[in-house]
Amino acid sequence: MTTNDKIPAVEMRGITKRFGPVIANHHVNFSLAQGEIHALLGENGAGKTTLMRILYGLYHPDEGEIRVKGNPVTIHSPKDAIQLGIGMVTQHFALAAPLTVAENVILGYTDSFRLDLDSAQDKVREAAQRFGISINPNAFVKDLSVGQRQRVEILKALYRNADVLILDEPTAVLTPQEVEQLFDGLRRMQAQGLSVIFISHKLHEVMSITDRVTVLRQGEVIGTVRTQETTPNELARMMVGRPTFGVSKPASPPQEEVLLRLEKVSANDNQGLPAVKNVTLHVRAGEILGLAGVSGNGQRELAQVLEGVRPSTSGYIIANGHDITNAGPRKIMAAGVGRIPEDRHESVVAEMTVAQNMALEHLDEFVRNGTLDKRRIREHAETLIQAYQIKAQPEDMIRTLSGGNMQKVILARVLERNPAVILVAQPTRGLDVGATEYVRQKLVEQRQRGAAILLISEDLDEILELSDRIAVIYEGEIMGIVPPDVDIEQLGLLMSGVRQDTNTRPQEENA
Amino acid sequence: MRIRIERAPAPVWLRPLIPVLAIVFTMLLTSVLVLLVGQNPLAAFYYFLVDPLSSKVSFIEVLVKSTPLLLTGAAVTFAFVGGFWNIGAEGQLLMGATAATAIGMHMHETPALIAIPLMLVGGFVAGMLWALAPALMRVKLHIDEVVTTLLLNAVALLVVSALLNGPWRDPVSQWPQSPEIAASAIFPKLIPRTRLHLGFLIAIGVIIIVWFILSRTAFGLRMRAVGLGPEAARFAGINVDRTLLTAALVSGGIAGLAGVNEVAGIHYHLIDAISGGLGYTGIIVATLGTLNPWGVALAAFFIGLIDTGAQTVSRALGVPSYLGGVIQATLLLATLAFLLLQRYRIRLR
Repeated sequence: MTTNDKIPAVEMRGITKRFGPVIANHHVNFSLAQGEIHALLGENGAGKTTLMRILYGLYHPDEGEIRVKGNPVTIHSPKDAIQLGIGMVTQHFALAAPLTVAENVILGYTDSFRLDLDSAQDKVREAAQRFGISINPNAFVKDLSVGQRQRVEILKALYRNADVLILDEPTAVLTPQEVEQLFDGLRRMQAQGLSVIFISHKLHEVMSITDRVTVLRQGEVIGTVRTQETTPNELARMMVGRPTFGVSKPASPPQEEVLLRLEKVSANDNQGLPAVKNVTLHVRAGEILGLAGVSGNGQRELAQVLEGVRPSTSGYIIANGHDITNAGPRKIMAAGVGRIPEDRHESVVAEMTVAQNMALEHLDEFVRNGTLDKRRIREHAETLIQAYQIKAQPEDMIRTLSGGNMQKVILARVLERNPAVILVAQPTRGLDVGATEYVRQKLVEQRQRGAAILLISEDLDEILELSDRIAVIYEGEIMGIVPPDVDIEQLGLLMSGVRQDTNTRPQEENA
Repeated sequence: MRIRIERAPAPVWLRPLIPVLAIVFTMLLTSVLVLLVGQNPLAAFYYFLVDPLSSKVSFIEVLVKSTPLLLTGAAVTFAFVGGFWNIGAEGQLLMGATAATAIGMHMHETPALIAIPLMLVGGFVAGMLWALAPALMRVKLHIDEVVTTLLLNAVALLVVSALLNGPWRDPVSQWPQSPEIAASAIFPKLIPRTRLHLGFLIAIGVIIIVWFILSRTAFGLRMRAVGLGPEAARFAGINVDRTLLTAALVSGGIAGLAGVNEVAGIHYHLIDAISGGLGYTGIIVATLGTLNPWGVALAAFFIGLIDTGAQTVSRALGVPSYLGGVIQATLLLATLAFLLLQRYRIRLR
């Protein structure tokens, strides 16, 4: 070993990045040794991706310095990063589908005006062999699987002489077999001296592939540990931390009646791959069942099935005594289900008014003599605006509202009908503290009224604060159901896909 | 100092002014062309915009020229509001005209009270059918309707050509034009000894009906929701596919009526130049009218005015009448640019 090897490939010191009032990175120190695979571990919003985007020149730090191989650098753009030998593969591939693999690899990296595709193909094939990436340079990208496309992205970075490779949640889109192939490839590249930063929130992957782990939580580094010297439990604790409990809900005796019953429900994602696998959940009247899990583990698809905008592939769903398996939104609403979706823009029309959006789901009730009763639509909106303290006028465009007020519009539209079952996904994402408290309070009120509430949230504090029971979903499967006073380490492990049968005590689901 | 472009909606007071600004901007741009042919732009715009309104005869001519634009503008508006980007009003118009001719040729024994409604229904259905395939492809196969509707315009023109050079070729003159429709099938004149015909009233009626549907019915609001936010519309339980299909078919039908209007109101037989771009101009009219039926009516009138003025200006000043087309095209681009710009704000810092 020469002394040169001891200089970190990348060193980031005291990096701070703010987005308005939000601090995404707070004095973050991060060091990547040459030839190591280093995990950045943390929950959603912990600041992992922000940090790496800074390194790749997509964001600029407010404070702090970056050194590459010991030299202080300023990275203005990805172009600078590439020149410094840093490559990044994001979850969203930037490939031109109608072009071949070789064409994609050389795209934007040709050295002369004339394009010699034959020699380019040879160069790409040679590079693929060198790095042990099995891919046909002549294949069209549109014919490739997701895993193969990812290989093209990696090859693209390596072809540009990257010796530091950033992989942002590379396994999120892969099948288990593809994950194995990826890991094999990474080990081979590591043997050739490549350094890899591996962003993930999946513990077992981090344990199996990395040399060191840096854990981020709420924008700060909790610590850096050697993978061999740590355990999944320690990492889970570092990642999740100790939650602070907010104002609690009143204790109320559990009711027996199951108002929402999912039996072995499965569904596919947009790519047609299984995203929800045999999920069985029972939600009782007067109960909030929290569904915890790291983003991208099937929550979105499950919510969409219940919202009536995604078909299920098997199983059945009974809500409030009605079979709503594969029913559309109308039938689901008629069964007494209120739906508050994850993406607010998916449920309100931004270019229409508050009043119109409030009436849209039940427009037939606002028709008189065949024409729209505009006065009733306005009065209806005025009533809801007052009842739910929405800072808006009935004629305001939804687009002009703040996130909190937009969420209140959706909340008002749903709750005014006193639904027996409420499906609510990420209800406070992006909201300020006041609006968050308001929304949570409303959900607790609905619980007291006797509604059965399925709360899907990636905000663990929210789950712990509101839920009567917590189901944990991982890769589309329910890992277990635990009480809200569960050991936080336990919960972190379940969310990371580690099942500990001795301690989990899954509750019986035979209501 | 740095110039930044930010996304920010234009203030409310500015929005109604956008088409007006676009018109002013267009005039400034086209002035250059008028100067190039050595004429005074102010004089040219006088003949374009004011002179046609100064006499009863030319004013009525403006209304005549506006009539088909009211219909194609309404057709495009109906589709665009529902999120169906129908570029095929031209072809749907041609099919409506073909159907009207086919029916009108055989109405020699039939009274006008039956012949005219029959042609209107026939033209509407023909336009609808011409829009059916692109609509189904969009809904079932997610094929972009901009392409399909546009391509079908060429097909429609070829169908008309085939008819005119084949079975319908005028037996007397051997010109590629159909035999005349029956006298009873011709739209009656609204004012004797002018070209203003029943079609004008029909067009105004269509504008009123479109306005009523779009802003006074639940269906109209649902259509608007589908056009502005298909995902949110679906979430709210609106049948997005059926709504799109309806928007497309009604749009095609209205464009078909424009074809009936040209045959029964103006030409009395089918020629392949029967439209001459009225369907495309409908897109300009709808856009300039900001997809509001009253705005569409104003825009149709405005374009009709420019069309009439183009004749006057070439007679009076020797400015080529093509300039009318240039103004229309520039106006469309200017309007689109201004509509886009109203979403942004330039900030100097």
